[in-house]
Amino acid sequence: MNNKFLILANSSSAAFASVPLLSIGEFRTNLIQAVQEKHCRVSSFFAMPEKNDFRLIAVLADDAAAKIYITSAMTTERYPSLTVDVPAFHWFEREIHEQYGILPEGHPWLKPIRFQKKEDGSGDKVQIGVTDYFQVKGSTVHEVAVGPVHAGVIEPGHFRFQCLGEEVMHLEIELGYQHRGVEKMLLNAPDKKTIHIMETVSGDSSIAHATAYAQLIESLDPSLVPSENARKLRAAAAELERIANHTGDLGALAGDVAFLPTASYCGRIRGDYLNTTAILCGNRFGRNFIVPGGIRQTITPENTAEILKRLDTFQVELNDALHLMFDAPSVLDRFENTGKVPYETSVQIGMVGAAARASGDAQDIRKTHPYGAYKTINTEPVVAGNGDVLSRAEIRYKEIETSHQLLRNLLAEIKETVEAVPMREPVLQSNSIAVSLTEGWRGEVCHVAITGPDGKFCRYKITDPSFHNWFGLALALRGEAVSDFPICNKSFNLSYCGHDL
Amino acid sequence: MLSILKSRCFRQGFRTGKFPDAPPNLPERFQGRPVIAAGKCTGNCTICRDTCPADAIIQEEKGIMLDLGKCLFCGKCAESCPEKAIEFTNEYRIGSFKREGLYCRPGDTYVPEVQTDEKFKRFCGDSLKIRQVSAGGCAACELDFNVLHTLAWDMGRFGIKAVASPRHADCLLITGPITENMLLALKKTYAAVPRPSWVIACGTCAVSGGIYAGNPEVHNGLEEILKVDLYVPGCPPHPAVLLEALLRLMGKK
Ligand code: SF4
Repeated sequence: MNNKFLILANSSSAAFASVPLLSIGEFRTNLIQAVQEKHCRVSSFFAMPEKNDFRLIAVLADDAAAKIYITSAMTTERYPSLTVDVPAFHWFEREIHEQYGILPEGHPWLKPIRFQKKEDGSGDKVQIGVTDYFQVKGSTVHEVAVGPVHAGVIEPGHFRFQCLGEEVMHLEIELGYQHRGVEKMLLNAPDKKTIHIMETVSGDSSIAHATAYAQLIESLDPSLVPSENARKLRAAAAELERIANHTGDLGALAGDVAFLPTASYCGRIRGDYLNTTAILCGNRFGRNFIVPGGIRQTITPENTAEILKRLDTFQVELNDALHLMFDAPSVLDRFENTGKVPYETSVQIGMVGAAARASGDAQDIRKTHPYGAYKTINTEPVVAGNGDVLSRAEIRYKEIETSHQLLRNLLAEIKETVEAVPMREPVLQSNSIAVSLTEGWRGEVCHVAITGPDGKFCRYKITDPSFHNWFGLALALRGEAVSDFPICNKSFNLSYCGHDL
Repeated sequence: MLSILKSRCFRQGFRTGKFPDAPPNLPERFQGRPVIAAGKCTGNCTICRDTCPADAIIQEEKGIMLDLGKCLFCGKCAESCPEKAIEFTNEYRIGSFKREGLYCRPGDTYVPEVQTDEKFKRFCGDSLKIRQVSAGGCAACELDFNVLHTLAWDMGRFGIKAVASPRHADCLLITGPITENMLLALKKTYAAVPRPSWVIACGTCAVSGGIYAGNPEVHNGLEEILKVDLYVPGCPPHPAVLLEALLRLMGKK
């Protein structure tokens, strides 16, 4: 692989010049081979303006070898689409086309994913939602359109269901309503705003994104080294985030099948975990906790003892609430065999995280590309095989269990006060590339930074797990009833803003 | 069935918080309304302004002004001030009916506003139906509003309810900096709310654009879009902050 790819470990950096620059033909062949033969995953794929052309940069994750492969090629306006050979590229190629106007020739469904102007602000803006939708025709076929404003309290997106009676033949998901221009704001960063942007990329994954960012900065500014205990506390915050979100989603799933005890209890218990995160930093979403170089808050042994104490009560109550649901045949009947995504499909479209694990794909960045405290603490991915709503629910149930175990191990090892690191702006290595992966509660969070001669970002690419998984939700709906949409949706619970950036 | 009853009676119990009869349970590190000590802030350094990620601190003639409508409550200004002139208290009653109510100046004595609008009280004093619209919110504001539905806060006790159709709503509760891509949908939703109707800006982004202010893809919050009747700052506002503000809006306190 050597001269075709730059090989990096998670959260490390290299000179940008060491990224191989291949011809488009070679670039394609190598990527296709790596995915098809070496079973690499497409973690990120993006373009960057260079001179008068564009450089395409692909980041692959080799889970078996714990390595990240990076390669690149120059293109002007068009190149033969990769999606045709590796479907996992499909959403990325649509993104690149929208951001830079580069045409992936032969892409089967090329349309905007966010309805934004080009990244340089040029070109006309397409009115969001005004576009062709995949349509099924026939006298008894009908179409259901939902959103952008949904019935509940939730972010906006537009869904088109092609239905024959109750059966959904196809669902197309149109996003972009939450597009805030995050990547553009990160050009010439880091600055005093950057960490706060990271914490709001996807609000329920503040810790996952802030950690990915912090690790990336630490690899580019070697003077920033978090202490072992700071790493443990970051991981602890990540596990609290995981438990809180899994709890909330399991409660919401219960609510969607009208199993109210679990719905009510989980709604409350989720808050208990958020309040526990607030012990660390005063914020229920873990904001103002993680900074490059360590943590921003001083954590005393009393703080960690308090968290451990609370966990004991919460876990008992949570188990009780979840047990009720997983013991109820009426619930299981609705979950089982609903919204199936088979293993092959999951791998083919590049699904990540809990949803991929529910389809039998044993990927988990904490295990396969360990970072921070996960380097020293072992955790096995929780896997299920059926790929249905029940599997996705069970995965979360089991992960709640393992996260509690991890939390206890992490916190028990911290014996003394962990000091906050003083505020300071990082000084980054110039002309470098760095990649950082973390396992958010939804799945792989991938941040890639490329610095220019001044040590500032000339490209910062964020790939939220939702970016990989939205299409999985669309496929899960095929052949199901419209009324199964809520539980399919909740079993994934994807982020709109994390996708829209 | 028996296990459900057992769990209800012996394990889960009654868990609705005591608020508003008792003060809410706030985290020890909670950052509420700041106080700026009049004697301490010399007004002639720029450290807090330079530190603030959200440009929330403005130099005025008589010293600094900290605009909670832009503030992320990160505490960096308090940390950086060499005179230790800024201190974040646990004052959670920070929702305001006026934009100026979010301005903090040295030596302020703060008293939360009281609802004096009789019309509002007549229409919504006992029943407030809310249609929430997210326009670029990162989901934190949305989630912590949702939390008010749970039995921990149970806002239904006060006649507050989130409704699906704008036709059934008294007001919109808007989150996010107002993305260009949501502007039309937001306006259409607003138009569908029967009059009289009201608007709540929930979270610093909705008040002013927050950290995203100035970005061409967003609209700096509701400032130039809709007249706002309740501003609730925070990133996101703690559920206690939001519920307290809603109750005060209804004239219940
Ligand atoms: S607490 Fe508010 S005013 Fe102070 S630095 Fe942070 S954002 Fe600025």
